[in-house]
Amino acid sequence: MNRKILGREAVQEALDVSLQRDKDVILIGQGVPDATQTYGTTAGLVDKYGTDRVYEMPLSESAMAGVMLGASLVGARPVMTFARLEFFLLAIDPIINQAAKWCYMFNAQTHVPMTLRLIIGRGWGQGAQHSQSLHSWFAHIPGLKVVLPATPYDLKGLLIASIEDPNPVIFIEHRWLHYNHGHVPEGYYKTPLGIPNLIRKGDKATVVSSGYMTIESIKAVNNLNKQGIEVDLIDLRTLSPLDDTIILESVKKTGNLVVCDHASLTGGFSSEIITRVCEKSFGSLKNSPIRISLPDSPTPTTRGLANYFYPTVKHIENAVKSLLGIKTEDPFKDIKPTDKLDIPDQSFKGPF
Amino acid sequence: MAENNKNVLYKDLNLLKSYRDMLLIRRFEEKSGQLYGMGLIAGFCHLYIGQEAVVVALQALSKPKDSVITAYRDHGHMLACGMDANSVMAELMGRFDGPSKGKGGSMHMFSREKNFYGGHGIVGAQVPLGTGIAFAHQYNEDKGICFTYMGDGACNQGQVYEAYNMASLWKLPVLYIIENNKYSMGTSEKRHSASDALYKRGAAWNIPGKAIDGMNVIKVYEGALEAVEYVRSGKGPYVLEIHTYRYRGHSMSDPANYRTKEEVKGVKNQYDPLITLKNILIEEYKVKEERLKTIEKEIKEVVNDSAIFAQESPEPKAVELYTDIYNQDTVY
Ligand SMILES: Cc1ncc(C[n+]2csc(CCOP(=O)(O)OP(=O)(O)O)c2C)c(N)n1
Ligand SMILES: [Mg+2]
Repeated sequence: MNRKILGREAVQEALDVSLQRDKDVILIGQGVPDATQTYGTTAGLVDKYGTDRVYEMPLSESAMAGVMLGASLVGARPVMTFARLEFFLLAIDPIINQAAKWCYMFNAQTHVPMTLRLIIGRGWGQGAQHSQSLHSWFAHIPGLKVVLPATPYDLKGLLIASIEDPNPVIFIEHRWLHYNHGHVPEGYYKTPLGIPNLIRKGDKATVVSSGYMTIESIKAVNNLNKQGIEVDLIDLRTLSPLDDTIILESVKKTGNLVVCDHASLTGGFSSEIITRVCEKSFGSLKNSPIRISLPDSPTPTTRGLANYFYPTVKHIENAVKSLLGIKTEDPFKDIKPTDKLDIPDQSFKGPF
Repeated sequence: MAENNKNVLYKDLNLLKSYRDMLLIRRFEEKSGQLYGMGLIAGFCHLYIGQEAVVVALQALSKPKDSVITAYRDHGHMLACGMDANSVMAELMGRFDGPSKGKGGSMHMFSREKNFYGGHGIVGAQVPLGTGIAFAHQYNEDKGICFTYMGDGACNQGQVYEAYNMASLWKLPVLYIIENNKYSMGTSEKRHSASDALYKRGAAWNIPGKAIDGMNVIKVYEGALEAVEYVRSGKGPYVLEIHTYRYRGHSMSDPANYRTKEEVKGVKNQYDPLITLKNILIEEYKVKEERLKTIEKEIKEVVNDSAIFAQESPEPKAVELYTDIYNQDTVY
């Protein structure tokens, strides 16, 4: 019953189930049918469904996104994979100028059932051009849906829902989630888009988180629980659309808000969450909210700097404590430049 | 050394220097692979082993005002441009004495002093950039040309052809060099390109092109001579496709089951650029084996020293996370 599998296996199952259920679903991307099988997330699929449903793609991101958009207009349901989010930046014209607008501009005669899987790198020397988290950009575009799963359960359920959605969906997969274990049911199920998930309950503070940060937040909340501090932990799951009801209700109860996001601080999605709380429920805040994010710097490659670039579980814990008036220390205090923190787990030997 | 090299010239190509330069790249890359295995280098690391003759021959044709730009398989180009092995190795290890202070790593180094303009991780992006550098060479009337390198996979990026058009329209001094090593990660040329004559892809814009053998430094030099002269004379761009082969995986995380061991072995045994040049030196130029051994020893030292230097170089301080995000120059 309580089957546990890896995140990357959950993604593979979602793709498998979708290909199985709907013959219009096709997969395309660099390496998707190849030996590396996009970090294992497409393992076995080309063998099972053939090269006319699982495609390798030339280094032509821009045109290929346009080609897939065209194909989706007349019945195809493409899932495009970009091994790094950055490579998708070559393809944003067909998606942002076109796909996102068509339903609106063309009187809902068209639908664009495309899913764009964007994978975010972290650590192990990924650096400035292979690790950016740009989901807040995408969430800014009306007509696009933006999905940021955290748990293996949601990697599968949200991906199936994204593929079935008649709109263009940006599905953002943090690479480290592939290495995470969790409960995943077999077969078909969906996690609906747009509804955040209350993962932990408590009345001292509200922690809102998304994507890989939710994994860190779960650890932080577990630590806080051990210290007798109970908090609400809300995983956003999708940034757009977003039903904020559960967040507003939680802050009404706790009066304290911490928002965690694995993107740079300025203009990030945390600001949107805090703004909504301020606009709709200003009076319930007992303290100024706190944002946990990456610094406003490009990503360094070296471990010696990456160790101080990514906020840790301790940062989240400390943020909650500081709202409760508990003194804390610098979370980076005991971290050495040579500590192996830039890997998804200690068993990881690289390469990435 | 230089005084002994006079009799080992093939036209203007100093063959002993070429041997030395190629060997430096080969041994440097082997060392990088080793250090990677030991966990001293992490992250991306795209080795140039097998392709050494390409950049070494082209650098022999370059002049001080010229510039070079390439993608992420860049260690060979940096060494051939004269960047210091110590500092390149320090960057690979993420240390402060690297050209990017450890913030850039294997894919992202730069040297204004050596006119090396990177080191780029987005495939194909360097092609318009190189075209722009050529634009500046023309604008500044400095007589320089830009050597713009790309892989066979990169040739499928649309921006390559947008750049070709402008380069031809404005007769920009840019030499496009396609290092065709037959694979784009795990995708063979046949699976990514509808036509394998990549050098012909400039024809629609009236850009001349040709394909040459990249495994023999003399042949690269011979083949490139005319192309470089063409670009230098102000006639506009030229596309040079150079057939070569990478021995190692794409990066360090390559299962390499898209090609057979026999295929790799076959190329190594028959066409290795270093063995080919060594044989030419010994047989045609009567260079003594001892002479080559001395070079071998010298290079070994340079490479070992670079590893020691890099290991002794400090990690960048955490404050470096917040430096150099913007250029602070007020006067330029
Ligand atoms: C725009 C973009 N898409 C995809 C990638 C991932 N990627 C890195 S290297 C590479 C293959 C490039 O092959 P080629 O141009 O032949 O150069 P080679 O590695 O053989 O030197 C790919 C697909 C990338 N870095 N940038
Ligand atoms: Mg190639």
